[in-house]
Amino acid sequence: MVIDRKMSHARDALFRTLADPTRRAIFERLCREGEQTVGAVTAQAGISQPAVSKHLAALKRAGLVRDRHEGRRTHYSARLGALAPLIDWTSQMAGFWQNRFDRLEDLLKRMDQ
Amino acid sequence: MSESSSETLSVVIEREIPHPPQKIWRALTEPHLIEEWLMKNDFKPIVDHRFNLRADWGVVECRVVAVEPNKTLAYTWGAYDLKSVVTWTLTPTSAGTRLRMEQSGFGPDQPQYYQGAKGGWQRFFSALEQVLARLD
Repeated sequence: MVIDRKMSHARDALFRTLADPTRRAIFERLCREGEQTVGAVTAQAGISQPAVSKHLAALKRAGLVRDRHEGRRTHYSARLGALAPLIDWTSQMAGFWQNRFDRLEDLLKRMDQ
Repeated sequence: MSESSSETLSVVIEREIPHPPQKIWRALTEPHLIEEWLMKNDFKPIVDHRFNLRADWGVVECRVVAVEPNKTLAYTWGAYDLKSVVTWTLTPTSAGTRLRMEQSGFGPDQPQYYQGAKGGWQRFFSALEQVLARLD
């Protein structure tokens, strides 16, 4: 099959993590503006620093961000490669359906001859 | 050929097929014919009918959403945790039929965690497209 189970789990975890609008906004911001400290993210997020840290931890668990420690500060940046399962879904399904269209056309040729 | 619209993740396949819509409709809706090109099934062209598509790798759980003979057929498509809607559209042409299949990734039947953020996904995907465009 075009979609294997492992890929499906990876994608599911990704969707779960990004389903929270606040968390997704944080991720988008890191995509857009590059590496940020927790403090800088907090200043824009409109929620408390502990809440931001919790969201960043969830993003990190999903592989969507990486952290870098510099002294007492932690910098976070987006890992775009982690989005691959999401993007792969469309190309996998497109391949699957192209193949099924071929089979459908073969069947139509055989029908009512 | 695939494309992602601004609202959903979707796959669109469109082909000109040199057969009339009525014949293609049969292949899309008669279980023994569906089995020949898609999968084993217990399909019925009745709205709300629940059916399974079975292959050696697993089962796709489906529910018929729309039936308009020789024109439109739509069903939900649930494999593993990802739900989507498959919509077939048949348009007669001088040479036969333009057959269009669209599979949309985020339909009304999504699990809670997709639904909660429905509005936001649209913005997210357009933002994502911009980010990805920059990577090229």
